[in-house]
Amino acid sequence: MEATQIEKRVERPEVEERKSDSDFMRIAKYMGVRLVLLAITIVIGVYLAVLIANMGGYVDEIRKGVIKEQVGMQIRGNPAYEDLTAEERQKLMAEMVAQEIRRLGLDEPFIIRSFGFLEQALTLNLGRAEYMTSDTGSKQVRLILLERLPATLVMWGASNLLVFILSLLIALGLSRKYGTFFDKMIIALTPTSSAPAWFYGLFLILIFAVVLEIAPFGGLVAAPPPENKLRYALSVLRHLALPAGAILVSSVPLTAYNWRTFFLIYSSEDYVDMAKAKGLSSSKIERRYILRPTLPTIVTSFALLVITLWTGAIILETVFNWPGIGKAYNQAIGLYDTPVIVGNTVIYAYLLAITVFLLDFIYALVDPRVQVGSGTGNQL
Amino acid sequence: MKKFIRSLKEIVQYPAAMIGSIVIVFLIILSVVTVIVLPRQEAIRLWRGGDDTWQTSPKNAKPIWLNWFRREDLPKTIVVSTEDENVQRKVEIVDEEKSLKDIKYELTFDYPYQKFPQEISIFFDNKFENKSPYISATWITPDGREIKLTDFTADENHVYRFGLDSKLSRRVGGLDPHIGVFAKPDTDPPVALPGEYTLQITGLVFEENADVDAELVVYGQVHGLGGTDHRRRGIIIALLWGTPIALSFGLLAALGTTITTMIIAAFGVWYGGWVDELIQRITEIRLILPVLPILIMVGTFYSRSIWTMLGVLILLNIFGSSIKTYRAVFLQEKEAGYIEAAQAYGASNIRIIFRYLIPRIIPLMIPSLVVLIPSFVFLEASLAVLGLGDPTLPTWGKVMFDAQDNGALIEGNYYWILEPAFLLMFTGFAFAMVGFSLDRIFNPKLRGM
Repeated sequence: MEATQIEKRVERPEVEERKSDSDFMRIAKYMGVRLVLLAITIVIGVYLAVLIANMGGYVDEIRKGVIKEQVGMQIRGNPAYEDLTAEERQKLMAEMVAQEIRRLGLDEPFIIRSFGFLEQALTLNLGRAEYMTSDTGSKQVRLILLERLPATLVMWGASNLLVFILSLLIALGLSRKYGTFFDKMIIALTPTSSAPAWFYGLFLILIFAVVLEIAPFGGLVAAPPPENKLRYALSVLRHLALPAGAILVSSVPLTAYNWRTFFLIYSSEDYVDMAKAKGLSSSKIERRYILRPTLPTIVTSFALLVITLWTGAIILETVFNWPGIGKAYNQAIGLYDTPVIVGNTVIYAYLLAITVFLLDFIYALVDPRVQVGSGTGNQL
Repeated sequence: MKKFIRSLKEIVQYPAAMIGSIVIVFLIILSVVTVIVLPRQEAIRLWRGGDDTWQTSPKNAKPIWLNWFRREDLPKTIVVSTEDENVQRKVEIVDEEKSLKDIKYELTFDYPYQKFPQEISIFFDNKFENKSPYISATWITPDGREIKLTDFTADENHVYRFGLDSKLSRRVGGLDPHIGVFAKPDTDPPVALPGEYTLQITGLVFEENADVDAELVVYGQVHGLGGTDHRRRGIIIALLWGTPIALSFGLLAALGTTITTMIIAAFGVWYGGWVDELIQRITEIRLILPVLPILIMVGTFYSRSIWTMLGVLILLNIFGSSIKTYRAVFLQEKEAGYIEAAQAYGASNIRIIFRYLIPRIIPLMIPSLVVLIPSFVFLEASLAVLGLGDPTLPTWGKVMFDAQDNGALIEGNYYWILEPAFLLMFTGFAFAMVGFSLDRIFNPKLRGM
């Protein structure tokens, strides 16, 4: 939600003396620092999730469930136990489970145990879901979630890319035609960003699916799915149109407006006047003297936006019945499926961190301050 | 301070801000009126009420104002009871020795519509000790046809639903009973016959003190200012009560996060060094924490109370990204001459932070505070749409959740989603328009742009 705030402070590159390290080394050093920070963030986020989940004793239940399952498999798989009666087998199993609980330290105080949980959560080793199953019929939390990840990645990759390109194009256009009707119209549209994408999704479904009947209500592909690969892709695109549209409506106006302001600030710099005086063509000035120095600021602002959008995924996928991890989250809440909820939180922590890492990398490439070696930069 | 008020007066020059302010004032008035007219306990009782509370309202009926835009009115709900003043109670003694009596009522009502009602039910309220009364009911149409409805031995609180009576359906020519009893003869598709209808109820009672009472409910297709939901509840209650809840949640969350963030930024800048460094690192970590998933976990595993959510939300946002903005301003202010003067006369650190640093950035804080409000209003709605709304309070988000859950869009009950959606949108846009305008007034750097 912070991304909806107007970024007031515009960072200007401070040119410092070049040190002797190569660019590559500096970027690598910068990314190394970021990587450590992100890793710490993931650990903290997951640990928080473990703490919250365990206050009701839920994580203990998950771990005991995993142990029971393993012990059961051992007993079933061991020919030495084949002759036992059902009662004896139960007794043996209870003993082995108790032993295993002692061995894993589940009878130790919570603060020590919590680090065990943390490790399991970080490796997504969360055992079996209580109610949900994957499409292949497995109850492994890891499989349920990983199976749905591609759908989420397709939707969020495509829509984030669209948001970035459209906002950049509109912002550039507006900064050229600053003060015109079109410019004022985008300013008037900025309040649309106060509502999240799922909210516009409902309206888009009503207009395009219910009334006009030109778009599907939701889902990933038409049923039955087309066998031809090209047809399949087209069908996915058709289903992607409304959710992506909803994201665009809620993000593009404010983003374009903010970026336009950055462009305007940079185009009033002295070196731009100098370039004009030299008689450079306006497209060259735009690329080299306006777009280039604004890029780090834009990447930072885009990173904030992407973080907000990730969070919105949970509800948007529910509204559009998009079979990604967001919808799995919603189903897990409805079914009270603790392992899936915890696993999903972990996946979100990873996804956010990976996204930020990627954007950091781009930032490192475009921000001259990183290359001249002024340390960790001011990104995020 | 004078300068501050003068800047505030500039808001008149921004039409968007004026429209936004008017909407906000309207919403505040609506909240106050709601809280006075419909006290909280009463609203919760109505919203959680089951069949008893809502038995005389129809399921999924559209709001009444839809009739203003239609050529043919949709029927409203009609309720006639044997206890109404103008209904006559006739008692005919059949056999005095065995105390056999016939209790007769004629329930008459005017039906001015061409469309059919949603369903029809008769709710009986019978008094007897051992032997239950025998009831028969007849329907008389405006053109004088008599349709025998049913006869049966009734319990104390018997409910006769026309729609479940398959014999009646056969008697009215295979139509659904609630359509058949209102249909003009020989019309296809059936058209309702407007005019005065009468329901005759005769109860044969077998005891001295036994009595029969009944209430006829002709469920309309429109009901109430907001329509009704799948549990017959009037949506207007949630629409009205959602207003104060949304406003107070948004405002409290925005105030809570902005003030704590501001104080932390001020401390960081003033003490500098490792304090500042630590605050910055925590902010960076917080920014990448999955906030909504954590809120969801709290909602699922502990409490869905709106106040718990508010507390957790503020806690999670203490180290919000606005710390960076505030920090930049504080860094400039720290160097100002009056701070040095304050230090010279021996002001304590706390005094400098709260009396000299923080007041300086209030103009910067106000626009971002206003802009933050809608994001929290929508966050509350988002949680409700995920099924994590407050379990007792009626809110806009919960109406949307119910609507979504019951396929309102697919089944054509658009009002169910659109009413709370428009209220949310008005609130969000109003605050955003005011906030963006304030931002331009208080941050003159942006004004030229």
